[in-house]
Formats: sequence, structure tokens, C-alpha cells
Amino acid sequence: MSAGHSTYTPKSGIGRWMDARLPLPRLVYDSFVAYPVPRNLNYAYTFGGILSLMLVAQIVTGIVLAMHYAANTEVAFNSVEKIMRDVNSGWLIRYLHSNGASMFFIAVYVHIFRGLYYGSYKAPREMLWILGCIIYLLMMATAFMGYVLPWGQMSFWGATVITGFFTAIPLVGEWIQQLLLGGFAVDNPTLNRFFSLHYLLPFMIAGVVVLHVWALHVTGQTNPTGIEVKQKTDTVAFTPYATVKDAFAMVVFLALFAYFVFYIPNFLGHPDNYIEADALKTPAHIVPEWYFLPFYAILRAITFNIGPIDSKLGGVLAMFGAIAVLFVVPWLDTSKVRSAVYRPWFKLFFWLFVVNAIFLGWLGSRPAEGVYVAMAQGATLYYFAFFVVIMPVLGLVEKPRRLPNSITEAVLEKKSSAGAPATEQAKG
Amino acid sequence: MRKGIFAMKSILNGLAALGLGLAAVTASNAAEYPIKKPVEQDWSFAGPFGTYDKGQLQRGFKVYREVCAACHSMNLVAFRNLEDLGYSEAQVRAIAAEYEVEDGPDDSGDMFMRAAKPSDRFPAPFANPQQAAASNSGAVPPDFSLIAKARAVERGFPTFVFDIFTQYAEAGPDYIHALLTGYEEDAEGHEVPEGTYYNPYFISSASLAMAPPLSEGMVTYDDGAPETVDQYSRDVSAFLMWAAEPHMEARKSTGFVVMVFLLLFGGLMYLTKRKIWADVH
Repeated sequence: MSAGHSTYTPKSGIGRWMDARLPLPRLVYDSFVAYPVPRNLNYAYTFGGILSLMLVAQIVTGIVLAMHYAANTEVAFNSVEKIMRDVNSGWLIRYLHSNGASMFFIAVYVHIFRGLYYGSYKAPREMLWILGCIIYLLMMATAFMGYVLPWGQMSFWGATVITGFFTAIPLVGEWIQQLLLGGFAVDNPTLNRFFSLHYLLPFMIAGVVVLHVWALHVTGQTNPTGIEVKQKTDTVAFTPYATVKDAFAMVVFLALFAYFVFYIPNFLGHPDNYIEADALKTPAHIVPEWYFLPFYAILRAITFNIGPIDSKLGGVLAMFGAIAVLFVVPWLDTSKVRSAVYRPWFKLFFWLFVVNAIFLGWLGSRPAEGVYVAMAQGATLYYFAFFVVIMPVLGLVEKPRRLPNSITEAVLEKKSSAGAPATEQAKG
Repeated sequence: MRKGIFAMKSILNGLAALGLGLAAVTASNAAEYPIKKPVEQDWSFAGPFGTYDKGQLQRGFKVYREVCAACHSMNLVAFRNLEDLGYSEAQVRAIAAEYEVEDGPDDSGDMFMRAAKPSDRFPAPFANPQQAAASNSGAVPPDFSLIAKARAVERGFPTFVFDIFTQYAEAGPDYIHALLTGYEEDAEGHEVPEGTYYNPYFISSASLAMAPPLSEGMVTYDDGAPETVDQYSRDVSAFLMWAAEPHMEARKSTGFVVMVFLLLFGGLMYLTKRKIWADVH
């Protein structure tokens, strides 16, 4: 599926000289110009490009912010406010960065759900999927540490709660927590190391993204039919077809991003983070950023002991398990058919999973008491059941719909069925 | 196949019924405080084209200066920022000169007091939090620089979804206005500890340590605006929104240009995409 042999022919003397020494233009040409992509990709497939754009945007705004930010508990909060008030366009850079993190997660969730829906994780794309999971994990770590930097109340108490998870691990838990914090509580050493790591991790993400794209270019993209590319008419060239489609999707996504930045920049944040961190004042409800809420709900859903595992460790295991289970999805799904388009039951359970994930997110923002706990337990159960029960069992018992023979056939079928009412009307 | 679809439908119906049931249960479980939600007010700075009303900000500043500043600091705001309120450079210099700030050390190593300059920030009424607490029966009056962004009563589902489309971002000033006008004599069965004042709009309990700070006619307005508690509260809320978000006007006007550009650019990209793909579809 990958280009196989290169079709790049340098046209100028300099091009030939370069090609014989460092064939970088050839690599770019083969990967982003001549590279064949399935002709039936829909807009759900544009989020990979959008994510690359967001990564670059976050790194650029982040580097500028780091020029003005001071990672010291005495001045961190005010240095962020200095950016907001006194640095030229500082408010813009800072709102771009804080809302950019949210947009990054919106895009990654669409990207992951798209992968689940179209079975993009199935052989031979397991490595591609796993690399994606690693990127997601790194994103979570980066976002969490970034949220601590403004040193507001939620920064401080969020860090206290999340690093507290590690104490649930038997034997080494306390040691890990102290290593993370650089002491016994969240304090200046914590802020310093989080700033350092927050600066480092995005570049590690960029590195894994290179591997992710490499793996993608080895296997080729999936497509809504889930059928592999078989003939030349199944594909179009990356440039101009995918390039212009991705670019259009990016502009639409940027419009959403700009709407939040310019009109409701604090909608996705928590008001308590405009209060400077105070180790003596616990906020009424400690809640993480919205993109962690489903996992926070899973953490707090485990309120009971299971044998030797107490509820605290159980919650932490469930939360990490909720992410860990993603890594083995390629082997949990037993279906021979890749795409949910041809799997009516999987389609139903998939959309229930999406609704359930959003529901978990809402529960994560509620206090863990009363009826919310029971609801979170039910939703957590479905979250795991989707992966470890529904995925393996459904693949064996579900009768998929008839698959088209090729991507081209699927496209032509769709075209003729869309055209059908028109011809009938013409007859009438 | 038929049977399959029927089974699916009944599963969906069951879930919908479950969802409704849960919604009914949670409604009764709403957060305890505030007892009453703030009433949404009309603000000149709301919406995509919102701008601060300079006259209102000047009045709000007057209320802050003559009433609130006795206890509440505003550490992040400098006198030079007051030019945003429509004051000239000379006026700002005159306002600053009315305050005294500590400077130094001088050549002999002593700290000294001098008149404030436009580059200075508002001096705090108390030397440190301990002194502030001691003078206010144990409760430190919060700093006002960011208060309009640091307080927001939870909107709840589904209002918070609608807020995205209505661009509701005035929860802070709505809350401050509600709190300042919301003191009530009758505590309606709520427990009010000694030395605190019942206010059903207070975000974290039924009463707060601050006595009702405003009363009719206590601040003189020279522009003919009504000298009522409601008007004072409204003006000081707007002023505090400005203090918390001084670049809001620039943000919204930049946003308009950016949105127009992105819509036009997006339209052109769409047409380009259609033309390029015309031979494939």
C-alpha cells in the first residue's frame, strides 16, 4: 500500500545534487504528495492533520509563554497574570494555549472514536493504534502538568489529588509520590519539575507522532468501508486531494477554536483557578479539567473493597485500567469485518459507548455522593464491558452485512443509490 | 433482521426511560449553596460586540475606592491601567498621588513613604493576611483583582450547554451584583452564626462575615446616575469585570476580525476542495 517504489524525479540540478546526498525532498514528495489515500475518506479522517496542527500551535504558544512565565510558587500565579495584563498580546497567547489544550483533546477524542468506529486498530495496524495510545497517555501527562503551572487553587489541589493516587500502589507507592512531588506535599520542587517535564513531553509527543505517521505510511490508511485498497482506482494522490480536504477541515476547526478563545475563553476552565494556590484552603469540590472527567468518575466509582484490594487501590486500578484496555483493543475485537458500517450491533453498542463516555464525564463533575456513585458504577461497568465482553463476543456472534468487493464498488454503489430518486423523479 | 431492529429499539427505549428517571433523581440532589442562583443582568460588555461603559466603570471605581477599598486589596491593578476608564494621563497622575506607597531603601537604608505614581499598583489596605484577618473577625477579605473571574455559580445541565451559544461569560459580575443586593433580614430557618450576615446568594454558605457594605446615597455620583444599592452594585461589578479582564474589548474586536477571516477563508477552501474533487466524486 505504501508507494512501494518512489516516483520522485528531481527536476533541477540542485535537486539531483541533494537527492544523491540527502533525499529529504524525495521523502516529503513520497509521503505528502504522491502518497495514495483511499478515495472514500470522510471528514472524520481529517482529525490526524488537525492534531498535528494543534501540536505545533501548542508548542509555539507554549514556548512564547515560557519566556514570560516564572516557575516559582512565590511568583508563578502573578507571572501568569502579568502575561494576561502587561505582555503585548499576552492574553491572546495564554488563552490560545489554555483553550488549545482543550481543542487538542476534542480532536484526539474524535480521532480515537473514529478509529474505534471504523476498526482502524485491526491487523495490520496494531502498532499504529498502540503508538496512538502512547501519544494519548503523553498528552494526558502533559496537560495535567500544564494545568498545575498557573498555580491556582485547582492547579494545586488537582496536583495533590492526582499525585495522591500513587500512594495506593503497595510498597513503592509512597516513594513514587515523593519522587513526583520532590517532597511530602505539592510545593516549589513540584512546580519546578512539572514545568521542566511540561516543556519536555510535547517534544516526546512529536517524536512518537513521527513513528505514528511512519507506521501509517507503511500500512496505508483505513477507510469507512474497512476494505483494503486493491486497485489504483481505489485511491487518489495525497496532494492535492487529501491536502485540500484536510486544509478545509483545519480552517473549520480553527473557527471553533477561535470562537472559544475570543468569546468564551474561560468556559472550559474552573473559576477557582483564578484564586492563587493556598495549601490551607481546600476548594468545596476538586474537579480536574473536563477531558479527564470520565476517568475521574471511574476512579471514584470504586467505593468498595475487592478481596485484598481496598477501594482506593481499586479506584486507581480501574482508572489506569480504563486507559490500559485501549492498548489491547486490537486483540479484544474478534470480528473479521473491520468497519462498523457493516456491523449493525457493533454500531449500536459503539454509540452507546460514546453516550456512556460523555455521561461519565458529566458524573466526574458531580460530587461523589448519593445517586451519582451508583450511576458512575453502572457507567463504569458498561465502559469495561464494551471492551472485554461486547467486543470479543460480538465479533463471534454478529452477522455482518454484505461487504462490497472494493472501495471503488462501494463508492459507485453509493453514487447510484443517491442518484436513484432523481432518475425516478425524471420518469414520473 | 426485523427482530434485530426491534430488539435494538427496545434497548434504546429502556435506556431513554432510565435516563429520564435518573434526571428526576438528580434534580432533587442539587448543590446546597448558593441557596438562590444569581439573576442574570444586562451588561454592556456581554456578547460578541460588548464594550465597557466608561461612565459605569468610573462610577464603579468610585464605589470601590470609597467603600470596598477599606478592606479589599486590588494588588494586580496599577494606576496607569485607569486610563482604560477614560481618565487622561494627568488625571491618573492626580488619582495616584492621593495614595501613599512604601518605597526604598533610600541611601541611608531606610524605607520611606511617598505619593504613588501611575506605575505603582494599588496599595493594599492591610500589611499582610494576618492583619487583614485580625481586623475582620478572622475572615480575610479577598483580593479584588480577579474576583469577577474567580466566582461563578454553577450553571448546571443543560444551561451550561446553551451558554456556549449565547456566549454567557458574565457569571462573575452577575454573582457580585446578586451578592451585594441579596442580603436579607429573615434567614428563613437557615442557621446564621454570630457575627455573620444571611445572604442566600453567597456561594459557599448561608451567611458571610461581611456586613451589607452598601446603602442608599453613601457614594455621590456626579453624572446623575441613581444613588441606589442596585446601581452601586451594578457599577462596581462592571468595574471588577474590567479589573479582572482589562483586555476584553481588544479580545472581542480581534475575535470579530479573526472570525470573519476564517469564515471567508473557509468558504474559499471549501470551493477549492469541491473543484479539485469534482472529477473524483
